[in-house]
Amino acid sequence: MPSSTLESITAESPPLAAEWPRLRLFLEGWQRFRRHRVAVVGLALLVALVIACLTAPLLTTEDPERQSLARALRPPSWSHPLGTDHLGRDLLARILYGGRLSLVIGFLAVAIGLAVGVPLGAISGFQGGRTDLVIQRFADILLSFPGFLLALSLVAMLGVGLGNVIISVGISAVPSFIRLVRGSVLSIREQVYVEAAHALGQTRSVIIFRHVLPNAMAPVIVQSTLSLGFAILVAAGLGFLGLGVQAPTPEWGTMLGEGRQYIFRAPSLTTFPGLAIFLAVLGFNLFGDGLRDALDPRMRTLG
Amino acid sequence: MRFARRYLAQRLVASVITLLGVSVIVFLMVRVLPGDPARVIAGLLATEEDVQRIRVELGLERPLLVQYGIFLGRFVRGDLGISARTSEPVLSELRPRLASTLQLALASAGIAALLGIAAGTLAATRPYSRFDYLLSLSTLFGVSMPVYWLGLMLIIVFAVQLNWLPAAGAETPASIVLPSLTLAAFSVALIARMTRASMLEALGQDYVRTARAKGLAETAVVVRHALKNALIPIVTVVGLQFGALLGGAVLTESVFGWPGMGLLLVDSIFSRDYAMVQGIVLVFSSLFILTNLVVDLLYAVIDPRIHYS
Repeated sequence: MPSSTLESITAESPPLAAEWPRLRLFLEGWQRFRRHRVAVVGLALLVALVIACLTAPLLTTEDPERQSLARALRPPSWSHPLGTDHLGRDLLARILYGGRLSLVIGFLAVAIGLAVGVPLGAISGFQGGRTDLVIQRFADILLSFPGFLLALSLVAMLGVGLGNVIISVGISAVPSFIRLVRGSVLSIREQVYVEAAHALGQTRSVIIFRHVLPNAMAPVIVQSTLSLGFAILVAAGLGFLGLGVQAPTPEWGTMLGEGRQYIFRAPSLTTFPGLAIFLAVLGFNLFGDGLRDALDPRMRTLG
Repeated sequence: MRFARRYLAQRLVASVITLLGVSVIVFLMVRVLPGDPARVIAGLLATEEDVQRIRVELGLERPLLVQYGIFLGRFVRGDLGISARTSEPVLSELRPRLASTLQLALASAGIAALLGIAAGTLAATRPYSRFDYLLSLSTLFGVSMPVYWLGLMLIIVFAVQLNWLPAAGAETPASIVLPSLTLAAFSVALIARMTRASMLEALGQDYVRTARAKGLAETAVVVRHALKNALIPIVTVVGLQFGALLGGAVLTESVFGWPGMGLLLVDSIFSRDYAMVQGIVLVFSSLFILTNLVVDLLYAVIDPRIHYS
């Protein structure tokens, strides 16, 4: 267990930790995180999910896309632990392989959200004035499409398919990063070390990227974790409506959408893919709450 | 009230600007599509004359800015165009659907407020008790639950297994029970969390200690003194949740075949009825912006301690 190793490092070799302030910070954060028992459960859940998806070929010998109408809609059994779907495909294999896609969609969408949202938020907060106003109005406009509606409208515009789903979900994650980073930058801008950097004659971009942004990262990391859950939820929602990844590729939301037609005959087709989405989102939410606690105890929300 | 009036004016202007921005995006939705927008709007079965008529109707031969001006002018007058699927005006198609969606959203908001405030208050009066932990756990479950999956699970249990409630449609009054519960789940969790935090703060105030000291019954202390004061931030969250419920309605309506705007939106995306898609997205966003504005203004009116500069 990594936790016990880390514990022994902190317990037995304080000089090492003292010499490396970064390591000490990390260990302190880990200690705080570990105390948050629910968050550890979240991390364990995520690690288990990722490992299961990555080692899918070892866990099942079934091909997730191999159809066989002779064995369609079978209930769970030894050879098919979760049963088979309407085309006789093994449900467990489809969930394991589909998880890879759902997780990748989540990561790439949040990457887009970060890549667009963080610089815009930083410029907005640091520059102020008219630039700030324009960027904030832009964020307001994106936020005026309630929740799921922004991603849905974008997919309606761009068309279905993996790439468009990632872009649409990614763009809907942008405004929350803009708001968050702007807020942090506004307070960091007033710190003495930023004033010092100004006094030393450093350029604006050096100040933003070397001094301001690194110090604004803690809430961004927390938000990214929570956004991962949100992105998986939204992408699966699009898939559920039939506007996401197209068949026969396995993806959790698309599977759920296909399975709902057989809800009377084979409820397992809707139960298990949905359970997978729920566990992944729950994992990211629990982990995010714990991270918030570990990175910045002042930001605590959960009792 | 002078400060409030100025704040009102500022918020009003900001809302109008946001709405204009939304209208630009919705306007561009059809224009950025590859190919001839007139052909797209006319649909696959349209004749060449239809396409030409729509092209003139949309003013596609004019500059983009002029086109947007015409689009905006029609929107302001309540003209959202003609549906490609039914050839009826979008607005008249939308009206009954909007009523259904509002009915669903209001029912959900009611459930969410009632359950959320009750659970949050109970948890705050017994902090760190078993009930409190149970509530934190269920709120975490509530915010992580895919609304479409929850809906399907409720159908399996209450419609398929127990046969208590209808699985889909809106034929009987009981039809609204499952969709509104499904849609409410996320908001219940959020409102309960917020109420707990707000109530914990209120219960720690001096006036609560005074109320207890003068021998008031605990229920009276909690409800009349603490809850009354804790309600302001809670009302805000409930209001903002109403907007979020509109977004969640799209998925919930699809699960239950509830004949609202969300279901119509998904159908219209599939049938490439772009005038309808534009109209629905505009109505959803306008409603959302309006609710947020009203909540903000109510907040300023309810709480005399808040000053805006």
